[in-house]
Amino acid sequence: MTPEIAFLPGWLVQHAPPLLVVTPLIAGVIAAVLPSARASWGIVLAITFFAAAMASFIAMQVMEVGVWSYALGSWAPPLGIEYRIDGLNAGMLLLVAVIGFLCAIYAPASVEAEVAPENRSAFYGAFLICFAGLLGVAITGDAFNVFVFLEISSISTYALVAMGAGRDRRALTASYNYLIMGTIGATFFVIGVGFLYMATGTLNMADIADRLQGLEGDRTVQAGFAFIVVGLGLKLAMYPLHSWLPNAYSYAPTLVTAFLAATATKVAFYTLIRFVFGVFDPGFGFAGLSMIWLIAPLAAAGMVVASFQAVFQSDVRRLFAYSSVAQVGYMLLGVGLGTAAGMSASFLHLFNHALMKGTVFLALGAMWLGFGVTRITDLRGMGRTMPYTSAAFVIGGLSLVGVPGTAGFVSKWALLVACLDRGWWWAVLALGAASVLAFFYVGRVLEMMYLREPPQHDGHAVTRSPAPLAALAPMWILAAANLVFGIWADIPVRLANAAAAAVLGSAP
Amino acid sequence: MPDLFAQISPAWALFLSGLICAVVPVHTVRKLVMVLAPLAAFLLFLAPSTLGVAGGVTQIAGMDISTYRLDRLSYPFGLVFILAAFLTAIFAWHNKDRVQDVASQFYAGSALGAVFAGDFLTLFVFWEITAIASVFLIFRRGTTASRNAGMRYLVIQVLSGVLLLAGAVMLWAQTGSLAFDEVGLDAGLAGWLVFLAFGIKCAFPFLHNWLQDAYPQSTVTGGVILSAFTTKMAVYALARGFAGEEILIWIGAIMTLFPIFFAVIEDDLRRVLSYSINNQVGFMVVGVGVGTSLALNGAVAHAFADVIFKALLFMSIGAVLMRTGTARVSQLGGLFKSMPLSAFFCIIGAASISALPLLSAFVTKSMILAAVAEEGHWVIWLILIFASAGVLEHAGIKIPYSAFFGHDSGRRPAEAPFNMLLAMGLAAALCIALAFPWGGYQWLYAILPYNTAYNPYTWDHVLTQYQLLFGATAAFVILRLVNLAPHEKLSTILDFDWVYRKLGYGAGVWIGDMAGRLMAHLGGVARGAQARWGRTLGEVFTPGGAVARALPSGTMSIWTAILLGVALVIAYVAA
Repeated sequence: MTPEIAFLPGWLVQHAPPLLVVTPLIAGVIAAVLPSARASWGIVLAITFFAAAMASFIAMQVMEVGVWSYALGSWAPPLGIEYRIDGLNAGMLLLVAVIGFLCAIYAPASVEAEVAPENRSAFYGAFLICFAGLLGVAITGDAFNVFVFLEISSISTYALVAMGAGRDRRALTASYNYLIMGTIGATFFVIGVGFLYMATGTLNMADIADRLQGLEGDRTVQAGFAFIVVGLGLKLAMYPLHSWLPNAYSYAPTLVTAFLAATATKVAFYTLIRFVFGVFDPGFGFAGLSMIWLIAPLAAAGMVVASFQAVFQSDVRRLFAYSSVAQVGYMLLGVGLGTAAGMSASFLHLFNHALMKGTVFLALGAMWLGFGVTRITDLRGMGRTMPYTSAAFVIGGLSLVGVPGTAGFVSKWALLVACLDRGWWWAVLALGAASVLAFFYVGRVLEMMYLREPPQHDGHAVTRSPAPLAALAPMWILAAANLVFGIWADIPVRLANAAAAAVLGSAP
Repeated sequence: MPDLFAQISPAWALFLSGLICAVVPVHTVRKLVMVLAPLAAFLLFLAPSTLGVAGGVTQIAGMDISTYRLDRLSYPFGLVFILAAFLTAIFAWHNKDRVQDVASQFYAGSALGAVFAGDFLTLFVFWEITAIASVFLIFRRGTTASRNAGMRYLVIQVLSGVLLLAGAVMLWAQTGSLAFDEVGLDAGLAGWLVFLAFGIKCAFPFLHNWLQDAYPQSTVTGGVILSAFTTKMAVYALARGFAGEEILIWIGAIMTLFPIFFAVIEDDLRRVLSYSINNQVGFMVVGVGVGTSLALNGAVAHAFADVIFKALLFMSIGAVLMRTGTARVSQLGGLFKSMPLSAFFCIIGAASISALPLLSAFVTKSMILAAVAEEGHWVIWLILIFASAGVLEHAGIKIPYSAFFGHDSGRRPAEAPFNMLLAMGLAAALCIALAFPWGGYQWLYAILPYNTAYNPYTWDHVLTQYQLLFGATAAFVILRLVNLAPHEKLSTILDFDWVYRKLGYGAGVWIGDMAGRLMAHLGGVARGAQARWGRTLGEVFTPGGAVARALPSGTMSIWTAILLGVALVIAYVAA
């Protein structure tokens, strides 16, 4: 398929899918070896902007025309590697690229404060490679290719997390843990893919799906399914496989936390959907049963338990890391429902969660930059000392709680309705409990920020110290998106419905 | 342009003013904004040329949201809320506390927004904002008692909102519509949840304690503002959702009755007034419960009048509290010598609440009584008559008598400041105007939900009312003379909240105690195992927290394996 777009050169249009992945990959290598960190940042900014533009173009194209299949090196699928963009991953590409660009704006402020000077170029390089990996996972239509890109993004993530050691040495153990767990997850995944290859003799996902028809009773396929679900569950921090996440989020550089929270688990989540619904047939007995007996109960348990853990945290980023685990539970619950409405709600929450956690972690990053604080009690009086950052945080936090008028409300409501449609009252109960707990853990932080006096320093209250514009701009773009999509939910709902339609063949 | 303005809910004017107050440090500017905001709201309110507009209509995720529904039921409530916002702004002119300014604007704005809400979601949002905004009017008193009472108040109010949301969601699941219209208790659990949510804010019996608990602890101006909105908003919600529910008649009758006994012996005058809110709201609830057009008219009209005369009474006692530092009967008396104008306005308010002919409650309450009689609820009618006499006893005579007359406390405080007097004067004038036989009450009746030809000034009405009032006054005087009247002392009156604040607390402590002993016993058994585990864990979790974090990767791998096992078993079972 060759789309027609007048204002872009023809080759750019024609090869947009591979360019989206390959450009950041190559630029990452260049950025890593440049002597000047500033120059590296320039590359990061330019490339992420380019990627965001490309991703929006691809998304528009897919919305207008439909599935876009690109054969790498003109080797026709299923033999060659196929990049395949449909309603499901168009939104993912857009999300990753845009969040990547916003994080790139914030990057120098964070990097100069947190990363040792000799590591900075390498940091930018790793950031771009991670970015490329995530885009690659989302775009490819080849099962083994998914594994490769998953590892590209994961390995660079381990490096990114470890670079938080310049600020807190615990980043090293956090990264090590993440490495062990991530590798186990990836191994499980690739074992699962291997089983599928054994059963079908192909690696192209669409082709696997075709050839799996009639193989429902095949033990190899069943084992492959189990390995893939558990492996990806680890990557996306499905409860109880989440415990690598809180430390990684707490000790990584603030920029990395914001970027990972908004993108990495989301991409793993997308992959899970792609495999469970796109490769396996949800009509398969074992797939349907796993939804009801494995994914949905774990999702509900994760929502409640992780929210409890969040309430009792003392480190603020750790608190929101546990909250992320709980929010992953929300998304998994939507999938576990197995209905089009549930799927759509789950994708909606995926987008919205990226917006709210992006806002929250960027705001917390700015607070660290301003005062070097990470404990909740150290945030007291922040409403006065960093008013703009705190206000953005409030929006993100309220969205997380699901206050009407914010994006979080829209997706939680959609999920609630989907649960009601299915008649799953226990899930409604878990949703309600998790939302009340969210009120508490966000409320704890807000109380510190707004109802306590700023701390004393040398006998004087700490003075105002606004965050730099480079931190405020992306934070406020995301915060505004939380509000805008809370009232005009049209665009995300369309994307989510397209995703549901791509997966299940019917939109809610 | 007028078309555009006709779509904008007047509530936004007050919210805007709240935002302005939040950022403007200059006291005078804030006060000017606070007085002008209700006027702006009033202009917006007048903009629609016809009733029945539905403005601010949007869709959020497939739900129809309507923030501005102006019909014949919401019209009088909206009008009187704007009026109350105006009067309280004048009354609070001297108050330099920015937090209270912001809170009062958001509180009034959200109450207005709730009245104009066309759907449950909007209603819920404003419902919760009233709770959160108003609690600051209690906190800012600054005492420990006010802080504790405020927290209790907040918990109960937020609970009301949660119940409302739960009920709304269930209704939505049942009917597929979020529109806030007739609900009825036939809707099952959903209907009851919403009913309970309204009931809490309306201070139904046994759900009422937050009111007497929190309002007397509020700031001087806060008490006035609080008295105007929350309960009347709940009356509106009941009239919208549950008009004609039989059970409301009985609930309302009990509400009119029980506060009297508490109020007569209560020492704190602002608590007396809080009980009196219960009592007056009871009349309205009866009206809503009867549900005929006359009864609903009466309920709405009485709410309209009540907002004004109750505010007036709170203002006069607030002035006393500000000047003397106390509102306790046992410490007051004889203030009319130095606060003659406040005393005069207080008497007007007291006579209004007692439904003296030519004053506002007379033209409104009589409608409720007539409707009750018309439907043949004679027991209820007798209760209401008795309660009316009780109103005179505890509010009509006791309030002005014990504060401004009675035994002379020897205090000679200065007269209230001009802004307070102005606000009181305006409220008093309204009390008179609303019952004015030539054009006054006719205007009030014209804005009620149903057209009515009711005439309160017939001979039998006036005579009955005078007999009642004289009888009650005589009782008060005689009891005072023979010294049989119960005397107010500095005392704590046990109300139903004793059950959960003392009994419940005691039970909680006892259970905690017992559980503690049980756990201690079980602990002994478990200690041996614990010690072994503790040693093992201790070896792994060496003091440095960093190493403790290394453990999970092992545990995690085990979890991964377990999950893989579960997934495999499920797959095998399915096939």
